[in-house]
Amino acid sequence: MRQNWWKVLGAILLLYSVVAGFLGDVPKLFILHETIRNLYFHVPMWFSMTFLYFISVVYSIKYLSSGKPEHDFMAVESVNVGIIFCLFGLLTGMLWANVTWGDPWPSDPKLNGSAIATLMYLAYLVLRNALEEEQKRAKISALYNVFAFPIMIVLLFVLPRMTDSLHPGNGGNSTFSDIDMDNQMRRVFYPAVLGWILIGTWVMTLRYRVRILDYEDKNISA
Amino acid sequence: MSGVDRLFMLPFCLPGISSLASHVSYLIPIFAPMDFFNQVRFLVHKEIILEWRSKYALNGILLYVVSTVFVCYQSFRSLDNNGPVWNALFWIILLFASLNAITKSFVQESRGRQLYYYTLVSPQAVILSKIIYNVLLMLLLSCVAYFAYSTIFRNEVGDPLLYFVSIIMGSISFACVFTMVSGISVKANSSGTLMAILSFPIIIPLLLLLIKLSKNAMDGLDRSVSYDELGVLVAINVIVVSVSLLLFPYLWRD
Repeated sequence: MRQNWWKVLGAILLLYSVVAGFLGDVPKLFILHETIRNLYFHVPMWFSMTFLYFISVVYSIKYLSSGKPEHDFMAVESVNVGIIFCLFGLLTGMLWANVTWGDPWPSDPKLNGSAIATLMYLAYLVLRNALEEEQKRAKISALYNVFAFPIMIVLLFVLPRMTDSLHPGNGGNSTFSDIDMDNQMRRVFYPAVLGWILIGTWVMTLRYRVRILDYEDKNISA
Repeated sequence: MSGVDRLFMLPFCLPGISSLASHVSYLIPIFAPMDFFNQVRFLVHKEIILEWRSKYALNGILLYVVSTVFVCYQSFRSLDNNGPVWNALFWIILLFASLNAITKSFVQESRGRQLYYYTLVSPQAVILSKIIYNVLLMLLLSCVAYFAYSTIFRNEVGDPLLYFVSIIMGSISFACVFTMVSGISVKANSSGTLMAILSFPIIIPLLLLLIKLSKNAMDGLDRSVSYDELGVLVAINVIVVSVSLLLFPYLWRD
């Protein structure tokens, strides 16, 4: 129990953010109306994805220096779970964009950046499948991961801020917190971010443990 | 029974294989429509199963299509609908040309020769030399491409010097990114598809900056407008080269 407190915390925070997110008070704003509640779901998805990709790149670097297969498993499972968060982030974003911007896929630098980042991590998975030998696969995909991560950061968080964007906080737009987000929303938003990150990490560790079991099973029977 | 096993059973499965008459018709399928269709059916089945077995190849092609569509969409979108297609098309031609030129940069080295280098020189020297060679190659290639393209497709360029600078920056950027990625993709013993899907997502931000820079040059805008694009391009190239220098020693040891 002492080791698992964060899983309980994640579940409680998530439950709280879903209940409070749908029932709590939100500011009445033009165009956004009730869709502002999507903030509790859309933004945490991207934060969780970035967090998981960050874990992945840390373990890729660790793998390059240590050569332990466990580190490689950690890296690949983080990407697997991160891609799911990325897909949900795109999905919630498209729903939201359809209501507020009137088009599920307006050409916005942040949207396109996220699509490119998705392509990059899908390419990472294809690269892994293209390599047969386990050690080689681990090493080369770790290299590509280290190469890809900074570019993902540039695409999602740097380039959109330099050009015109529809997203708040980008291209000279004011950020959400400046005008729209009152303290009431903050009380739901931050727990939601933390909750999703913890749940994502939990799913990742579960998948990691399954993979370790598979690996040991294969090594014993071989 | 799996698909390939079934393939080995193919001659035994075909009806009437024992009799001489149908054996002949097995060799000349036109006279025995049923046998012929059976064979085709089995072979199509085999193709599907083989494709399904090596799913990564199929996934690779699918990702290649999506990436290519995305590269084109991104390049043409930045032209604000009425801008000249001329510029975007030039960069796409240059992109695919450089992809083909640089893919081979590690392929032509045999394993033995790599081992020989390993005993003689440091890995950083190898990657740096490859990058420099590819930059030179790309400079030549892009100058020829620009010359041919602009003489055949005549177009007004407002600031030719800045356009030329953007081409030089483009050659350097493409060479820096593709050299490292080709080093990665050659380890997978794979063809150009893997190279393309690995490098397109990385090259798109660079390509967008280049298109913006060269668009500024075409419109003949004041040069001070383009300084920040040039700065970002130089910064990205410095990052790519230093990451390559850091990572290549790991890639090389095999």
